[in-house]
Amino acid sequence: MAQRAVALTGVSRLGPGLWAALVAALVIGPLGAVIWRAGGLGALGAPDLAALWFTLWQAAVSAAVSVALAIPVARALSRQRFPGRSALIALLGAPFILPVIVAVLGLLAVFGGNGLVNRLGGGLGLPRMDIYGYHGVILAHVFFNLPLATRLILQGWLAIPAERFRLAASLDAPVGRLLERPMLRRIAPGAFTVIFVICLTSFAVALTLGGGPRATTVELAIYQAFKFDFDLARAATLALVQLALGVAAALALLALSPPDGFGAGLDRLHQRWDGQGHAAKVGDFGWIALAALFLLTPLAMIVLAGLPGLFALPPEVWQAALRSLIVALGATALTLALALPLATRAGELAGLLGVAVSGLVLGTGLFLVVQPFVRPAEAALPVTLLVNALMALPFVLRILRPELDAARADFGQLAATLGITGWALWRIVLLPRLRRPLGFAAGLTAALSMGDLGVIALFADGDHATLPLQLYGLMGAYRMEAAQGAALLLLGLSLGLFWLLDRGGRADA
Amino acid sequence: MLELRDIEIVQDDFRLTADCTFGAPITALIGPSGAGKSTLLNMIAGFFAPQRGRILWNGDEIGGQAPARRPVSILFQDNNLFPHLTLAANLALALTTRRPSSRQLAQVARALEQVGLRGMEPRKPAELSGGQQGRAALARVLLQDRPLMLLDEPFSALGPALRAEMLDLVARLAGEQGIAVIMVSHAPEDARRVADQTALVSEGVLHPPRDTGPLFADPPPDLRAYLGTG
Repeated sequence: MAQRAVALTGVSRLGPGLWAALVAALVIGPLGAVIWRAGGLGALGAPDLAALWFTLWQAAVSAAVSVALAIPVARALSRQRFPGRSALIALLGAPFILPVIVAVLGLLAVFGGNGLVNRLGGGLGLPRMDIYGYHGVILAHVFFNLPLATRLILQGWLAIPAERFRLAASLDAPVGRLLERPMLRRIAPGAFTVIFVICLTSFAVALTLGGGPRATTVELAIYQAFKFDFDLARAATLALVQLALGVAAALALLALSPPDGFGAGLDRLHQRWDGQGHAAKVGDFGWIALAALFLLTPLAMIVLAGLPGLFALPPEVWQAALRSLIVALGATALTLALALPLATRAGELAGLLGVAVSGLVLGTGLFLVVQPFVRPAEAALPVTLLVNALMALPFVLRILRPELDAARADFGQLAATLGITGWALWRIVLLPRLRRPLGFAAGLTAALSMGDLGVIALFADGDHATLPLQLYGLMGAYRMEAAQGAALLLLGLSLGLFWLLDRGGRADA
Repeated sequence: MLELRDIEIVQDDFRLTADCTFGAPITALIGPSGAGKSTLLNMIAGFFAPQRGRILWNGDEIGGQAPARRPVSILFQDNNLFPHLTLAANLALALTTRRPSSRQLAQVARALEQVGLRGMEPRKPAELSGGQQGRAALARVLLQDRPLMLLDEPFSALGPALRAEMLDLVARLAGEQGIAVIMVSHAPEDARRVADQTALVSEGVLHPPRDTGPLFADPPPDLRAYLGTG
């Protein structure tokens, strides 16, 4: 009875419908501007169809490889105890906030022409490995998504009740067939879909490691159509193709909704009786070592290679870093300002539009809207800020909404009897209850925005470049020492922002 | 005096009717789980409107008023205090949603003293025992200074001795301040202990309150069924 009454309680909300309409307009409006400016849609040529095919193909292969490799790694982490296990699992969350361009530089340091692997392989007389092309794109996607897949699947393993393992051990029953395979059949399709969707909208990886007729994604094709051909009709058509892909992927995600990937409880360890034999232990620790080596070596290379250049960075890198900080903090403030009134079911659906529409298209549309009033380069930073905010919105809403719903359910009636409504409700009740998720969401948004190399690449000139774009420019000019120093600076700023804001939400909470 | 006139509540497959007057200083609502006792309190508090009927306080219609405007304060089963606020801040919310004045802080201190929590203003709810939390919530309700107090089993998580002590405290303080009380309870002994009148909610009907002593001495069939004595 009390539950029914709670559901009927009217707690003041700041007109989420209005905010949802605003976000929808901000997302759909720019797309309309692109189509309007293009004067209609252009026909897709053979290269565009090739880009569409490559987008789907690389996303499928990247997702399949990530999930296939994640299964043994997650199983090893679920059934073995060792010092540093918690730290390793925590590190698996890092690639999500790692700037793509930094990770690419790290991968180049390991797998590039003069990278670690080629130097070691050359010494052994092995053929040289070339990272540029489709295999580089897939390698980078696996680097980013293997940790995510591992965490999703590990959560599935840890969700198997400990009693089931005890029962299997007492019966000497096969754990794999009885417990693990049914869990994988439930979890793996969702993990595959999440990663497939992420890889569909990949731009910075394709920009840096792909390109050419055999490794161009739809996003990259949109960029090329805008930047080099200024063929708005073709870009608009490609944008609609990307939108269709995004919507289809978002629907697939909803249908195959996997468990939350970043929730608590990943550090629990059931007592396991299987996997304790010598061969199983060697296999498990082999997988853990390989995964750790694959994920940590590029990061270590960034730190080692970046340190010498860090103290001799040209002034334009510091200026770009300042711009990036301002954009990241601005995007964070805007995302939170949009997310708080939007944290309802309808609002979350509106926020999802940000995932379906390409950031590049969004930015271009916004640029076309403001173009009559300002120069493209001058609009680059505000447009980037707005696009970053809209792109982060779905993640932030996913983090905030359950907590906000819980706060309303727990304290909505008490607040109503005390006459706490409107801004006072936010100030006294809701915001203090949301401190932790707000800190986490702010950290995530700031880190993602800090490392974003997307729409800024279209419009910014040297005076308006962000740090990722500056870094991309240094790489293009083969100023590798400065690039590595800038990469370390970007890594430090991204992780530092995340840490500071996340910690701010936890202090005294 | 609270009057419920020709009330009908319908929620999904649940239906409850009520037409009676609450005139005693303390009235207990008893009945089986799911009978609608808490629903009735929530309706009186203003968290939802009935499909039909009127709610009157001393003859004035209050059914259209927002919860904070009604002459009603309420103690819930749980979540009676905001866990992130100190006791002083929690209690001050009964007086203002802005920074409390020194006069209001003095009122808070007096209310805490009334319930035996003197000097505990800076503590957070998590630093208090269950009984102390109940006392603090009671102090907040007393500060609201409304003529009708609703208790939705706020002490059900406490042990029998502590629950009895809290009920005695409610009865004493409400009596001193002239506050009428309607309390929901699962436990007939709670009603016997403090309630002047008791009303049974069962089979979708709120039966009119009757004097507690005679009611339990000669229970009607519905109450006998609930007590398991029939």
